Amino acid sequence: MIRSVVTSALFDTRLARICSLILGAIVLLAWLGPLFSGWKFDEIDWDALESPPSATHWFGTDFIGRDLFVRSMLGARVSLGIALVATVVSVLVGIPWGAVAGYLGGRTDQLMMRFVDMLYAVPFVLIVILLVVIFGRNPYLLFMALGAIFWLDIARIVRGQTLRLRTQPFIAAARLLGVSTPAIVLRHVVPNVMGPALVYATLTIPGVILAESFISFLGLGIQEPDTSWGVLIADGTQTMESSPWTLIFPGVLLAMTIWCTNMLGDRLRDRMEAATGYTRASGRRVQEGRVPGGRALGGRRT
Amino acid sequence: MARFLLTRTLSTLFTFWLIVTVVFFLMRLAPGGPFDGERRLPPEVETNLRAAYNLDKSLPQQYIDYLGMLGRGDLGPSFRQKDFSVNELVATGLPVSLTIGGLALFIAITLGITVGLKAGLAPGSRSDMLLMGVTNVGIAMPTIIVAPLFILIFGVALGWLPTGGLGGFTHYILPPIALALPFTAAIARLTRGSVVETLSEPHLTTARAKGLTERMIIRRHILPIALLPVVSYLGPAAAALLTGSVVIEQVFELPGIGRYFVQGALNRDYTLVMGVVVVYAALILLFNLLVDLAYARMDPRIRLQP
Repeated sequence: MIRSVVTSALFDTRLARICSLILGAIVLLAWLGPLFSGWKFDEIDWDALESPPSATHWFGTDFIGRDLFVRSMLGARVSLGIALVATVVSVLVGIPWGAVAGYLGGRTDQLMMRFVDMLYAVPFVLIVILLVVIFGRNPYLLFMALGAIFWLDIARIVRGQTLRLRTQPFIAAARLLGVSTPAIVLRHVVPNVMGPALVYATLTIPGVILAESFISFLGLGIQEPDTSWGVLIADGTQTMESSPWTLIFPGVLLAMTIWCTNMLGDRLRDRMEAATGYTRASGRRVQEGRVPGGRALGGRRT
Repeated sequence: MARFLLTRTLSTLFTFWLIVTVVFFLMRLAPGGPFDGERRLPPEVETNLRAAYNLDKSLPQQYIDYLGMLGRGDLGPSFRQKDFSVNELVATGLPVSLTIGGLALFIAITLGITVGLKAGLAPGSRSDMLLMGVTNVGIAMPTIIVAPLFILIFGVALGWLPTGGLGGFTHYILPPIALALPFTAAIARLTRGSVVETLSEPHLTTARAKGLTERMIIRRHILPIALLPVVSYLGPAAAALLTGSVVIEQVFELPGIGRYFVQGALNRDYTLVMGVVVVYAALILLFNLLVDLAYARMDPRIRLQP
């Protein structure tokens, strides 16, 4: 069922197909593109300092003559890679948290979810910056910290699903057979909430990409000579008056990626809800607002 | 209501305490002292410095002292900018940040609700499609792209507005608009969604049947309901707005607390970074509390909860 929901959400309208195509192309280019270009990401072309796009440099070069296409693709690897790792981390934390809270219920549930509620009010990007300041600019730390931010949404959704599962006959049967609580959660609850949780996890991808680019833009994330879209946009901002392409190419890539992942994520979620008859685990409130930048920028989804 | 007020206030205070505590101990975990410069300091000087910055006491004692200082509204000295206290830096930066943030919030709310209402009252119409298409793009445009683009277009290419810095009225046009853009789009979409939902409510038929004008129906019977999700969105929006203003201040070279924050982070000015995080957290929590209370006032389902 999950598979058909996913394929229909990704491909069944023209807009969805275009978005999937764009994302696919960006991923493919990020993976293979640099092989075709022949330039290295930190190689300086002394004959083409700050040169506009041309046959040799497809996206032009930056102010010290590095090939912008290769750098943009390297940036894509970093940005997308961080998004992936952070999403995995958020799933790894969010699913057990939500499943345990939902299955045990009662006081434990209240305590665990109150904790989640409270964390929603914390301005997380600031905390990440704080961590970066303290522990140095370590990219792995950035991955972990971003993942640790995004698990809140997943935990809520998984809890909501678990509450529904708990009353199902097969869980009661397992309990009657004497299966231990940890085993029920692990073997019967987690596999059943996996699908929806993964669909919701795609919604965190644009948030993570945005947060990473934001931190790198401020000079606190990925450091030279490594690069990410945030770093490239920061560089581009410095030189945009004389060479606007240094801002435009990475900017367009970032905006397109965020727009497409947002769109596809929303579609996936809507389809998922339609297919399972499940509505958002919304806590106290009824409606949900989308926060640009999502959780990372201190927003809370309610 | 009183009970709601009390529990919300208490949990806000608790969250604030939690943030302060985490921030404090994170800072003390930091490798290396704040005075590890290029040159090794003579031990006597270092001892004196540690005493001056209250680092010679035991950790629990420092923590208690810090809480006491915060209680008196004192954020401590800046480690790097030796002549300033964090309070002074925050005091110079906060008015700028609040002006930009306040203007942006105003733009986002008024423009967002207007657009959302226009689109939502005629769902499926041409203007609805157009407006929602625009907001769809607006919501995906990160501030780090919009702000430089605005400067490039309106500041450099067209030369209509200043590209940055403090100054007269014209300096306060581009930054708030750039900051407000994604939130305007988000509020517009939110408003549209809930207006469309409200349109199918039976009480609107009643209102029409008793002969109210469309204007009155919108004002009395649609907006109060449709705006509930917008109000609850304002809490998170304000937080994101504050963070976004860090970028805006950086790009437009505005001396707000966001710039101090970034400078402090780049210089590893621990106390400054810590102070700014505490101020930000306090602002966000306060705003969230106000939003929750406003929401409770507007929505009887929450107000009357046992």
